[in-house]
Amino acid sequence: MSSPSPSYSAAIDATDLLYAWPGKSPVIDIAHFSVARGERVFLRGPSGSGKSTLLGLLGGVLNPARGRVCLLGTDITALSAGERDRFRGEHLGFIFQMFNLIPYLSVLENVLLPAQFSPARASRIPGGDLAAEGRRLLAALGLGSTDFLDRPVTELSIGQQQRVAAARALLGRPGIIVADEPTSSLDYDSREDFLRLLMNECKTQESALLFVSHDTSLGPLFDRNLSLREINRA
Amino acid sequence: MKTLHLALRSLRNRRATALLTICAIAISVALLLGVEKMRSAARDGFANTVSGVDLIVGARSGQLNLLLYSVFRVGDATANVSWESYQKIARHPDVAWTIPISLGDSHRGFRVMGTNGDYFKHYRFAGDREIKFASGKPFEDLYDAVVGAEVAKQLGYSVGSKIVIAHGLGNVSFAKHDDKPFTVVGVLERTGTPIDRTVHVGLQAITAIHVDWQSGMQAPPGSQIDADDARALDLTPTSITAFMVGMESKVMTFTMQRAINEYRQEPLLAIIPGVALSQLWNLVGIADTALMIVAAFVVLAGLLGMLTAILTSLNERRREMAILRSVGARPRHVFTLLIAEAGMLATAGVASGVAVCYGLIFAARPLLEKRFGIFLDPGGLTGYDLAILGAIIGAALLMGALPAWRAYRNTLSDGLTIRV
Repeated sequence: MSSPSPSYSAAIDATDLLYAWPGKSPVIDIAHFSVARGERVFLRGPSGSGKSTLLGLLGGVLNPARGRVCLLGTDITALSAGERDRFRGEHLGFIFQMFNLIPYLSVLENVLLPAQFSPARASRIPGGDLAAEGRRLLAALGLGSTDFLDRPVTELSIGQQQRVAAARALLGRPGIIVADEPTSSLDYDSREDFLRLLMNECKTQESALLFVSHDTSLGPLFDRNLSLREINRA
Repeated sequence: MKTLHLALRSLRNRRATALLTICAIAISVALLLGVEKMRSAARDGFANTVSGVDLIVGARSGQLNLLLYSVFRVGDATANVSWESYQKIARHPDVAWTIPISLGDSHRGFRVMGTNGDYFKHYRFAGDREIKFASGKPFEDLYDAVVGAEVAKQLGYSVGSKIVIAHGLGNVSFAKHDDKPFTVVGVLERTGTPIDRTVHVGLQAITAIHVDWQSGMQAPPGSQIDADDARALDLTPTSITAFMVGMESKVMTFTMQRAINEYRQEPLLAIIPGVALSQLWNLVGIADTALMIVAAFVVLAGLLGMLTAILTSLNERRREMAILRSVGARPRHVFTLLIAEAGMLATAGVASGVAVCYGLIFAARPLLEKRFGIFLDPGGLTGYDLAILGAIIGAALLMGALPAWRAYRNTLSDGLTIRV
C-alpha cells in the first residue's frame, strides 16, 4: 500500500477527490487513491458506494468539484471535455457488467471499435494490422475459432460477449483497463477462467487493471485489495 | 466517414422501422414531385392550347373574353367582325395568313365552328404540333363536317355519320338546322385542347344554314330555302366572329396589333395569344398552388414520422451511445451519428420518391395521353425540382438536430454507466 514516488507516474493517481451531484451531498470524497502501472487492483464496491461516480471521474466523463485525477502522468481534470474524451479513447479500456457490445456490429468490428475513434490507439498496434491484432486478442481470451469473427454479437453467450468486450478494452495496449463487475453475470467456473485470461493479457500488455466488484471471493487473485467504503469518506 | 458507416449499420439493424420511414418520405416526395410535374404540364398544356398564331382579332370587348370564346370555346362574342374589315386586314402585305372563325351554333353540346381549310394548315398547338386527321380529310363540300376526337368518341361518330346542327349554344336546343344535315368527312386526332370538343364546318356552311333565318327564327314554311337551292346562292358571310392572324414577320406583330386596335371603320380588338394566356393562367393557376401547399404538408408529415421514429429509438439506444463514449467517441460523434441517420433516411426517401414518381409518370403516360390528351413530359429534374428535394433533405437534417441534441444531452448525463 505504498504511495508511488513523485518521480514515478502512476497509472491512476487521484488526490483529494470530491464529487457531488448538483444539489446533493458529496458521493465521492477520497483523500488518495492510486494504482501503479501494470498493477492489478481489486476494488470492492457494492452498489450505492459511489462506484459509478468514481468510474465516471476516472473515465473523464465527470469532472470533480475538487482535487485532481492523474492518469499515466496526465492531470485529466485540467483537460477540456473533448481532450478528456480523446484521452479516454487513447489510454483506457472499459469492460462493463453486461451489454458491452454494439449489437449491429460483428464480433471483430466490436473489438476494433476503439481504433476507429482513436488514431493514436490504432497506431500502437504492432504492424498496424488491426484485424490481426483483434484476432490475436480474441484468441488470447479463448475465442480463437475464426467462425466467431463475422457473427453478429447477439448470437454469442454472455460469457463469450464478456470476452469480446475484454478484447476490445485491451486493443491498442491502453495503459489502464477498468472492469466494472465484468464477471457478475457469469457462473463461477467461467468467472475464474475469464479473470485468468484477462489478467494474463493485461500482464502481457503491461496494462494496469482496476477491477471493481462486490464479489470478494475473487480478491485473492489480485496484487492488491481495496474497499471503496474504506477509502471513500463521503 | 466512420460515423457515417456506424449510422448506416445502426439503421440496418433497425431496418423495419427505417424502411417504413423511408417509404413514408418516398410517398410524400413522389406526391410533391408528381404535383409539381402535373402543374408544369398543365401550365405548358394551357399555354400550348394555341401556338403559331400571332394575333387574334375580334370585335372590341375584353382581352380574356376574346381569348375564351375564340380559343377555349367558352362564352360568347358580343359583336361580330364585318367581312369587309376581315378582308382588308387579311390582304395586308404584312399578313401571311388568316383563319376566320364563325361561332354561334352547336351540336349536342359541342360548339360548331365555321372556318376554312387554312385552319388545318396553319393552326398549331403544343409548340409546333399540327392538327392531324385520325381518319378522313378536311371538309370540301358545303355540308361536310370535321369533328374533334372527343366529339367522335362521345357521340360515336366516324367518317360518314350524318349530323344535324342546332341553332344557338344550348345543350338541348329546340331550333335545329335539320333541313340541312351534315356528313362527317374527317375525325381529328386527339390534341388535348378545345379542338377535341369542336365540330368544324366550312364558313359558307354557316351562312347556308342561316340563309333563310331572320332574328333567330327560321322563315315560315313556303319561304324556306332548301339545302340544294342554297348551294346556288352567294354564301359569302357578311360577318365572322373572329379571326386569327399569322404575320409574315413576327416583328410586325405589335405594329399590326396597334393598327387593328386603332382601326377607325369598326371597333376591333387584336390580342397576342401568349400574353392573354398568361393573364388567364394567373387566374386559374391558384388552384394548383393550393395543391402544391397540400403536398408540402404531406412531406412535412413524412418528415415528422421520421422524427418520431428516431426519437423513440433513442431510449433503447442509450446503452449504445454509452459504449461508443467508453471507446472514445465524443458527444459530437453521437450528435453526428444521429444527424447522419436523419440525413440518410431523408436521402433514401427522396431518392425512392423520385424513382416512384418517374415510374408512375412512365406507366401512366400512354393512358393520360390517349384518354385525356394530357402530354405529361417527364423531363429531367429541373433546377426548381432539385431545389425542392434539397430543401426536403435540409429540413430533415434540421429536424434530426432535435434527437441529436437529446442524445447529446443523454450522453453527457449518462456518462459510461447507464444501466439497462
